[in-house]
Amino acid sequence: MKLSAKHYAGAAVLLFGALAPLLINAYELSLLGRFLALSILAMGIMLIWGEGGILSLGQGVFFGLGGYALAMHLKLEGLNLANGDMPDFMTWSGVASLPAFWYPFANPWFSLACVVLVPGIVAAAFSWLVFRRRIGGVYFALITQALALAFSTLLISQQAYTGGFNGLTDYSTFDGYDITSDFAAEIIYWITFAFVTAAYFFLRWLLATRWGIMLRATRDGENRVRFLGHNPLPYKVGAFTIAGILAGIGGALFTLHAGVVSPALVGVVPSIEMVVWVALGGRNVLWGVIAGTLLVNFAKDQISSALPSLWLYGLGALFILAVSFLPAGIAGLFKPGSPEERAVRRILSRRRLETAE
Amino acid sequence: MNAIPAPLLMMEHVTVDFDGFKAVNDVSLTLFPGSLRILIGPNGAGKSTICDTIIGRVRATSGRITFKDEVITTLAEQEIVRRGICRKFQTPGVLPTLTVMQNLLVAGRKNRAWWRALTTFTPADEMASAEEILAKIGLSDRRDIIAADLAHGEKQWLEIGMVVATDADLLLLDEPTAGMGPQDTQRTADLILSLLGRHAVLVIDHDMSFVEALNGYTTVLHQGQVLKEGTVAEVRADAQVAAVYLGRAKE
Repeated sequence: MKLSAKHYAGAAVLLFGALAPLLINAYELSLLGRFLALSILAMGIMLIWGEGGILSLGQGVFFGLGGYALAMHLKLEGLNLANGDMPDFMTWSGVASLPAFWYPFANPWFSLACVVLVPGIVAAAFSWLVFRRRIGGVYFALITQALALAFSTLLISQQAYTGGFNGLTDYSTFDGYDITSDFAAEIIYWITFAFVTAAYFFLRWLLATRWGIMLRATRDGENRVRFLGHNPLPYKVGAFTIAGILAGIGGALFTLHAGVVSPALVGVVPSIEMVVWVALGGRNVLWGVIAGTLLVNFAKDQISSALPSLWLYGLGALFILAVSFLPAGIAGLFKPGSPEERAVRRILSRRRLETAE
Repeated sequence: MNAIPAPLLMMEHVTVDFDGFKAVNDVSLTLFPGSLRILIGPNGAGKSTICDTIIGRVRATSGRITFKDEVITTLAEQEIVRRGICRKFQTPGVLPTLTVMQNLLVAGRKNRAWWRALTTFTPADEMASAEEILAKIGLSDRRDIIAADLAHGEKQWLEIGMVVATDADLLLLDEPTAGMGPQDTQRTADLILSLLGRHAVLVIDHDMSFVEALNGYTTVLHQGQVLKEGTVAEVRADAQVAAVYLGRAKE
């Protein structure tokens, strides 16, 4: 195989990613780790939206399910349950004893399994129910948005069981290991990086299979596919389930990095923000989606710390910009022959002509 | 025992009632394996609705449809396709972001189970038959471009190719020459005639020059009912048919 500039660029990014803990300071590393965790979720949106044509405005739900599944365990770390110990917020809320559904989360392996299984099963069941009725397009987007609203409302209203508006925070160990030290932060970063890499190569493989072609075929013409004798349902439900699992893993890793999971991270607004990262990065290109997620979130970090009230306007402007001028996102600028790339070349050549005159 | 082969498709007294409007009214039709049938009639005569009813997109209000001795009137769409009926839609229904070859391979998957698709490998026989169809529809040099970039006529041929790729025993072609010039129309007619024998074909159209090029047994529909059946020449000579078409021309 001949190595091209693309391969070298990819290798350079991988190398930087792997060595980042040695190259950047602890604060920057914590941000990078957090945003990489988000990019795992974003790759899932690329799968369902970019390749499957299914717009979900409720990915925050699956992100939250993964995040809470892990955080519930972290809250139980170091407590003596036999003694009647409870997480701090339950004591403040006047709960008499630990609710039954919290108990199994004392086991770290149960909790880790739930990070994958709960979002996966919820996504599969939900999408199967909806797609089986042949509901799609805008209606599906609205239903997912309602789901995000209901989920965050539920979390807030059940203060005694979920930590309410503040969510679950203030934990320091996982399975006995300290997770607050700088060293632990590096380990968590590497775990995150490994998951990003694994998700990237898994999706690359999946999209190259005949399954990936069937998913695109379903996006292009669901009826045509149906009248060729295929059932489109497994492709749509499969894509949505994988996206849900990726969102859950991203949520759990984000929780480890940020030290908190709360309704503010899973509701309607964050769910829409997630779609913006993907739209801006380029919804059909895996590296574009990761780049978009990192770019928007670093920008958010900078802008919202300088001018907090400005960020939402900035985000809105970015979205409008992406939709009207960059339908294929940042990645589209680099794809030879894409309308965006041609437009850029046209503008450049026009300018060259003008200066020549 | 007589020598008449068993019919492939039988529609018996099929009526489709859309809230009181009978789009198809008591139509019976029999098709034999490998044969050609042409369905003509003015707009709104019920031609496309008959197609929709056969493939299960629209359900018959009364009457029944039998395919290979099995009643298919109430089967799910993909089940009907799997029995061996495939349809080309009126507007080209190609998959625009897939390449021409991928379009044919999607159509030609022998095992349609989703888990069998979890591989990057395409079976050699599916590859070979896709290449063969590609040559037949004259798009071999367009193999790897995306379907959206094809000319209009080429899209029509690709969709005919996709329908053929399913290897169905009965192909329903709904206006395969819509939007085509005379040359492409003749090519399409030749393509369809080359499919007979292996496939039975039901063609819907209202372009008389195309119908004459096909020169098959023709059924004329008018207001959801069968007006006349016979060869193209017989149908052309019929006064009633002329009135329906001329009557429309006068409007």
